[in-house]
Amino acid sequence: MYHFPEIPLGHWVSTWVNNLTANYSDSFDAISSGIHTLIAGLNEALLAIPPEVFILLVAVMALFSAGWRRPRAWGLVLFCIVGLGLVWNLNLWSALIQTLALVLAAEILVLIIGLPAGILTAESVWAARILRPVLDIMQTMPAFVYLVPAVIFFGLGLVPGVIATTIFALPPLVRLTSLGIQNVPEELIEASEAFGATWFQRLWKVQLPTALPSIMAGVNQSIMLGLSMVVIAAMIGAGGLGNQVLQGITQLDVGESFVGGISVVILAIIIDRLTQSLAKLHKE
Amino acid sequence: MIGVNNVSLSIDPGEIFVIMGLSGSGKSTVLRLINRLLEPSSGRIIIDGQDITQIGSKKLREVRRKNFGMVFQSFALIPHRTVFQNVEFGLEIQGVEKKERRARIMDVIEAVGLQGYGDLPVNQLSGGMQQRVGLARALAVDPEILLMDEAFSALDPIIRNQLQDDLLEIQERLNKTIVFVSHDLDEALKIGNHIAILRDGELIQVGTPQEILGKPADEYVSAFVQGADRSKVLKASEVMQTLRISAHPKDAPRVLLKKMERSGFNGLIVIDNSRHLLGYVDLDTARQYRDQDNIDPSVYQPLETVAPDNVVRDLIQLAHEKRTPIIVLDERQRVLGVIDKSSILAALAQGDEEDETGQASLAEPVSAADIGG
Repeated sequence: MYHFPEIPLGHWVSTWVNNLTANYSDSFDAISSGIHTLIAGLNEALLAIPPEVFILLVAVMALFSAGWRRPRAWGLVLFCIVGLGLVWNLNLWSALIQTLALVLAAEILVLIIGLPAGILTAESVWAARILRPVLDIMQTMPAFVYLVPAVIFFGLGLVPGVIATTIFALPPLVRLTSLGIQNVPEELIEASEAFGATWFQRLWKVQLPTALPSIMAGVNQSIMLGLSMVVIAAMIGAGGLGNQVLQGITQLDVGESFVGGISVVILAIIIDRLTQSLAKLHKE
Repeated sequence: MIGVNNVSLSIDPGEIFVIMGLSGSGKSTVLRLINRLLEPSSGRIIIDGQDITQIGSKKLREVRRKNFGMVFQSFALIPHRTVFQNVEFGLEIQGVEKKERRARIMDVIEAVGLQGYGDLPVNQLSGGMQQRVGLARALAVDPEILLMDEAFSALDPIIRNQLQDDLLEIQERLNKTIVFVSHDLDEALKIGNHIAILRDGELIQVGTPQEILGKPADEYVSAFVQGADRSKVLKASEVMQTLRISAHPKDAPRVLLKKMERSGFNGLIVIDNSRHLLGYVDLDTARQYRDQDNIDPSVYQPLETVAPDNVVRDLIQLAHEKRTPIIVLDERQRVLGVIDKSSILAALAQGDEEDETGQASLAEPVSAADIGG
């Protein structure tokens, strides 16, 4: 029986990554400092708000986004106050803010990359054909695999955490943006053409607003996926609530990791309800 | 695949031109070729002497902004916007200042009967109301040409009728060139000045509603028009008869009686020298005043009058209620002709015969009828 030599795929990838590190370290440093500025700024700005004021602001946002006349909105307000109060009480406030900053920074990157990518895949069949397998890889490749090159490129700390989170959280926004734009009725596109709209006018005044509920669902999904990455991000030194969980795991301290975990859940539920309410608010 | 093949149409300014056909006949394709939402593989589209197929994309956008308004079957409104914001879409695209838009939009909103609805989101409106928004959006840019793609087909019959009436009324005031795609023959006959009938992408016949009904080009068209309601198409001027015998205000009652006896009518229409209508004298009245020199105008019976382009459908009830004839007046109030129950019946009956023979023209006036009942 003929023996096929093993294809040195792993070796190729290692060489490629090494070459990238050697030749493009300046660009990686630039990206790294840019992202670091973003997340540090977010972190400081959010930490500058006293916890009681922050909780109040979140409660007010919940009230208005969910519609203050509805009992559901008041339930959400109560949850925000009790949930965030609990996190504060557990001495996890700065960890919470750090995690929030991480997720928000990643979400900003997701929006910057994901919206144009979503529009592109909706407009061009070729772009869709090329991007679909890339998105599949991003969603299914185990995060640890790209965590290592992220650390090699950007060092330990927050930045590779943000990047890994961005990679993992990007696909749903691209997919749902593309879907939303493709689902805009054909006659609506014809109408904007018939009235002499330019490509950009059609996109900005007709397609994006009509696709907004779908795009908001994408934002919601990507934030949720981002939050699911916090523990993994903590493994490369991103800190935050993930660190709490990680410490609990390494010390086999169930209580400590539960406290971190429940804080992540509280944050996730609040962000989820807020973004969903905002999407509904727009629909009405 | 060929959508439409060698269709050549000439559309007059200020008319409603209906393109008719069953689904798949290419009627919507023809409409979309006019503003190049679809690119023709060959042929020309000439508007005001300018060949639209020859212009570049920038110029085309300009032409679409200034010359065309379009109304869609599914309304195609932007769902998250209010009525007002939808109507201003065309002006917004043109880059007209917000302040300037407002007055124009308010006018159009009123013209289509949407006063007070301006701030409602469009998805809260009924279908009929939504299509009014669609119409207002098209009218807001003050286009020369209005393209309407099965604009009323998605609406239920009562609302559809209402919108057809409103469109005709708006057209009376604005005098746009309207190209209207429809699969509904009654609609085409009601609103169209000319109708083009398409089948499988080919033009079968073009003509006025009367011509389509009276001289169907082939079996396809005659099958199409079989079920049409003629009374909505035939006009008063087409069923009326010329006034062969009439009374003069100076005629003595005895003269009138003689005229009636000779003509076989039991009443006469009184007109003056310039053919203005004065009234009606029946046999009994003439007998009653037999011995006088003439009849005082105060005893003339008043008569119902209609305009020449009133459709017969509107006259049927009138003819049924009144025993006296109906007078057709021209715009200067002079008597053009006269209509009664039997002339209407004869016209409608003759139409039915034509369906079978496919020969005679409805445009020819009806000849045999007994005026004066």
